[in-house]
Amino acid sequence: MSAYWECLRGIVLREWLRFVLQRSRFLSALVRPLLWLLVFAAGFRAALGIAIIEPYDTYITYDTYIVPGLACMILLFNGMQGSLAMVYDREMGSMRVLLTSPLPRAFLLAAKLLATALISLLQVYAFLAIAWVYGVQPPAWGLLAALPALLLVALLLSALGLLLSNGIRQLENFAGVMNFVIFPMFFLSSALYPLWKMRESSEWLYWLCAANPFTHAVELVRNALYLRLHVEALLICAGLTVLLTLLAVASFNPQHAALRKAG
Amino acid sequence: MNALEVSGVGFAYGARQALNDLAFALAPGRFAALLGPNGAGKSTLIALLTRLFELQQGDIQIFGHSLAREPRQALRQLGVVFQQSTLDLDLSVQQNLAYHAALHGMPRRQAQARIDEELLRQDLAERRHDKVRTLNGGHRRRVEIARALLHQPRLLLLDEASAGLDPASRQALGRHVRNLCREQGLSVLWTTHLLDEIEPADELLILHRGERVASGKAVEFGDLATSFARLTGDEALGRGHVREAIRPNLDTQARRSGFSREHPAEEQQP
Repeated sequence: MSAYWECLRGIVLREWLRFVLQRSRFLSALVRPLLWLLVFAAGFRAALGIAIIEPYDTYITYDTYIVPGLACMILLFNGMQGSLAMVYDREMGSMRVLLTSPLPRAFLLAAKLLATALISLLQVYAFLAIAWVYGVQPPAWGLLAALPALLLVALLLSALGLLLSNGIRQLENFAGVMNFVIFPMFFLSSALYPLWKMRESSEWLYWLCAANPFTHAVELVRNALYLRLHVEALLICAGLTVLLTLLAVASFNPQHAALRKAG
Repeated sequence: MNALEVSGVGFAYGARQALNDLAFALAPGRFAALLGPNGAGKSTLIALLTRLFELQQGDIQIFGHSLAREPRQALRQLGVVFQQSTLDLDLSVQQNLAYHAALHGMPRRQAQARIDEELLRQDLAERRHDKVRTLNGGHRRRVEIARALLHQPRLLLLDEASAGLDPASRQALGRHVRNLCREQGLSVLWTTHLLDEIEPADELLILHRGERVASGKAVEFGDLATSFARLTGDEALGRGHVREAIRPNLDTQARRSGFSREHPAEEQQP
């Protein structure tokens, strides 16, 4: 058992060291949501207040509404960047070092997912700290209650990233992931607008957003931040995390990429 | 028990056959060179030996453990230096080695003791806190060898390990690995496409178009450059004829050497 623990510790430590060394990665992960919060949301703040909806007890400003979605946006981008890193590692050979470990491959991949997720959490809390200073202040205990929710969402999105990376033939194909996964997942969710607002404009848009797993991820985090448990969102996120992780691990095979290239 | 036993291994990328019924065995404590031109199938064989690819046909055993059936036991016996550097350039030598030790599940104290030992042996103790990016090519290779030996494997696999090094570093690396072999009884499989990396006492296996075309003590090949050109220069010398002509002679050499043939009876068929 201690061999597994040492291995997990080593993988997490390496991700941490890489994170510390790549300050630009940290900053760029923060700049994106901060631009949305400080520019986009500030502009909408005057025009758009949000009526009383769950989990809020009162009317809220738009920037308060948007913060949980932006926290999940960090996790979404990091999960996909993690998948990009997997493709890069596969091409550059460093994935080979991981795979020469005698420990089971499924464990190694799960450890890698967890390490990516933990590093993502640091970025989310840095963002929440800035948002706090800016004036978006959920209950202090909410910040703690959101931790498991954020971890679950980070794992969900990392597993999705790994699954996608298994299907990516080479690094250049990653632009497609940006256009066809990240943007639709983010915009077709409750991250920027509540679902009832979507419904006002279009019924089919509402259903698309309601079916989007990212909507459930955002709602899980939003509720946790305000000390509520959204059971439906929790079940969907937990179920999808297990399913996607199993699929990602089962379909992980560097040989497939080599065979596809040769073909 | 052989250090490495490859039996009837075949591998195809779709319609293209990269390895065809490959069989050889490496005795423990021997230094063996796997020589072949580009495209001979060396990289595919390495990918199979390191479990990056799954076996499509045949079996590979490392000290009696089948890679397919007992991968964990087999991988414990194996240290690998890949052709392309797999060190994390932004991390220090110590951090890179500690990461590898963790991947093998080594307890921290034991890992640190092994890191100290290997760095001392590779004459890199003073560079332990340097970032790998600041090391020259030769030193990076030595770090990779230290890393490959951390978990005390009995078989060391070096895939074109001298690629990108200057001639002096290449020679030094070769000497160093042969010393490890002599002093520690380590079994070594060294793949290369460069003839000048082969020494007369080395066991030699020549791979061409996914097939073993010759094996034996390097010294028994006489002028290695000529033999190699004849064995792999089918287009110039008449497709297949030279290989068949030279094979019976090389088979005899192979039986005398540490590189034993797996199916000599079959291969002696005309």
